[in-house]
Amino acid sequence: MQLRLIKFIFLCLLVLGTPAALFAQNVSEEDQGEVEVIRVDIENSVRRIAIPDFATPANANTAAGGTAALGAQISAVIANNLSGSGLFEPVGPRGVKKVSYPEVQAPQYPYWQGRNADQLISGFVRAESGDRLTVGCYLYDVNFGNEVARAGFVVPVRDWRRAAHKCADTIYSKITGEAPFFDSRIAYIAETGPKDARVKRLAIMDSDGANHRFITNGQTTALTPRFSPNYRSILYLSYRDGNPRIYVYDVESGRQRLITQSRNPTFAPRWSPDGQTILYSMAVGGNTDVYKISVNGGTPQRLTRAPGIDVGGSFSPDGSKIVFESDRSGSQQIYVMNADGSNQRRISFGGGRFATPEWSPRGDLIAFTRIGGGFRVGVMRTDGSGIRMLTNSWQDEAPTWAPNGRVIQFFRTQRNSGKTSIWQVDLTGRSERKLPTPVNGSDPAWGPVRP
Amino acid sequence: MTFSNGKMKAAILLLASTALLTACEKKEVDDLPPPATGSQGAGTQTDPNANAVRPGSQEDFLASVGFGQDRIFFDTDRYNIDSRDQVTLQTQAQWMARYPNAQITIEGHADERGTRDYNLALGERRANAAKNYLVSLGIGAGRIRTVSYGKERPEALGSNEQAWSQNRRAVTVIVN
Repeated sequence: MQLRLIKFIFLCLLVLGTPAALFAQNVSEEDQGEVEVIRVDIENSVRRIAIPDFATPANANTAAGGTAALGAQISAVIANNLSGSGLFEPVGPRGVKKVSYPEVQAPQYPYWQGRNADQLISGFVRAESGDRLTVGCYLYDVNFGNEVARAGFVVPVRDWRRAAHKCADTIYSKITGEAPFFDSRIAYIAETGPKDARVKRLAIMDSDGANHRFITNGQTTALTPRFSPNYRSILYLSYRDGNPRIYVYDVESGRQRLITQSRNPTFAPRWSPDGQTILYSMAVGGNTDVYKISVNGGTPQRLTRAPGIDVGGSFSPDGSKIVFESDRSGSQQIYVMNADGSNQRRISFGGGRFATPEWSPRGDLIAFTRIGGGFRVGVMRTDGSGIRMLTNSWQDEAPTWAPNGRVIQFFRTQRNSGKTSIWQVDLTGRSERKLPTPVNGSDPAWGPVRP
Repeated sequence: MTFSNGKMKAAILLLASTALLTACEKKEVDDLPPPATGSQGAGTQTDPNANAVRPGSQEDFLASVGFGQDRIFFDTDRYNIDSRDQVTLQTQAQWMARYPNAQITIEGHADERGTRDYNLALGERRANAAKNYLVSLGIGAGRIRTVSYGKERPEALGSNEQAWSQNRRAVTVIVN
């Protein structure tokens, strides 16, 4: 699927008096107190933000419905995005007055001040020739009475949700100083059926659960997918030949192939940040080690040699290091090594077992599952210090980072029933919510922001 | 995993007395619910029509080794073959020696209280431990395939220690 998203305006005006400047300054400090600084700033920056329906100059029919209806849907998507980030309290679009098309660029500040909103997101939808839409969005500071940001996007009609995500991303980035993440996709495992006969299918969806699509039919168990950095292929584990093996699935053609011809089980696949190398685990005679292989095939390179289970792993964003899990000390713990396998050292200490390490795309933190009593998702710095638990449930597992490294998804398993669901939590651990999936879901894998 | 020669010989000498031992060792297993049919026909051994069983088949294997003796169990995160497992595997090996053409799959499983990838590795470790012990008893390694299901195929469905102890298992299945 070839998507064209053309940015036709991107004008960020001077930001005065918003918390964005202060926030950005603090989180960019690479000091030891960084994590605590984030916590404080995020709490202070939750903002009430009014989001009326996007207006349209003239209601026009499109393949996705009238532009007036689309305007309402787009503002709803934006509100849902911002609410899910944990940083905003959107007001509307329901229950908020409609804004006329001329008013989009001339907001009635006193009215919105009276609505107790700090900021206002206003915008429009206009039908263009060739089954396209123009979506314009504007961010205003209600108290200061000025425009903070504006952006516009021309998209094929079927991609109207992407225009909404891009708009939300623009606003999120402007206010927080963080990189965008809403216009991204998730690969995961859709689960149905009873605990002892679970059907597990590879599925993909947008970061908010929309545009859902099943990829495999469930005849064989599928596990642990990972989108390639360009979204064109998915690594995942399948039992399609009776053995657990990693395949690379081409999204456009639907074809798939084994990543290596070895007869041994292969699992826990990951892409390198440049998409050229596949990291995986392979068991030989019961002993599991971490390997890597070129995406074009060739000879795999064995990276670990310790007796015991060395498994999983994820690259640092610059590709120079790999964080992985090993029970060489007697229990699952987290280790870091250079990308060629040298200089392996344990970084997780502090009680319990540590598993499923996942390097943040920002490079500053490693997310993990901590096992000790329950299964909880947390983060630590890349040297193992600063452990912070973000969730507290019976079984939370397998964190995956939002492309901006500020939000984490994971899956939660219910005791006894074994039912699974995908959840999202921000780095404060305060804002936690369940993702809407058509059936139960596990093994989420978040892809990068789309171009 | 390796065994000293002396230990192996002692184990083989014990084969003769395994029938009696097995009866005792089974006791705890007998308290558990019958195996689900999910594990490739493990439940068919209750079929009273035993006379129709083809020698060398999975049904024959289950009927010969006795109830619950198609599998061994493990402690949390462990994969060692303890003395009770040895008795079970010796019983299986006797049957395998009688049917040298029978091909064998050992399925390794873990309980739900482990992360997914680690459990795949652990199931593989357990299946290989069982395989290695059977090989040490003289069963050809080429006859035995292993497959790990990690925590994907629980047999006991509760979320409690009793259920988990049943799910940490290596199950022997005859595939021809």
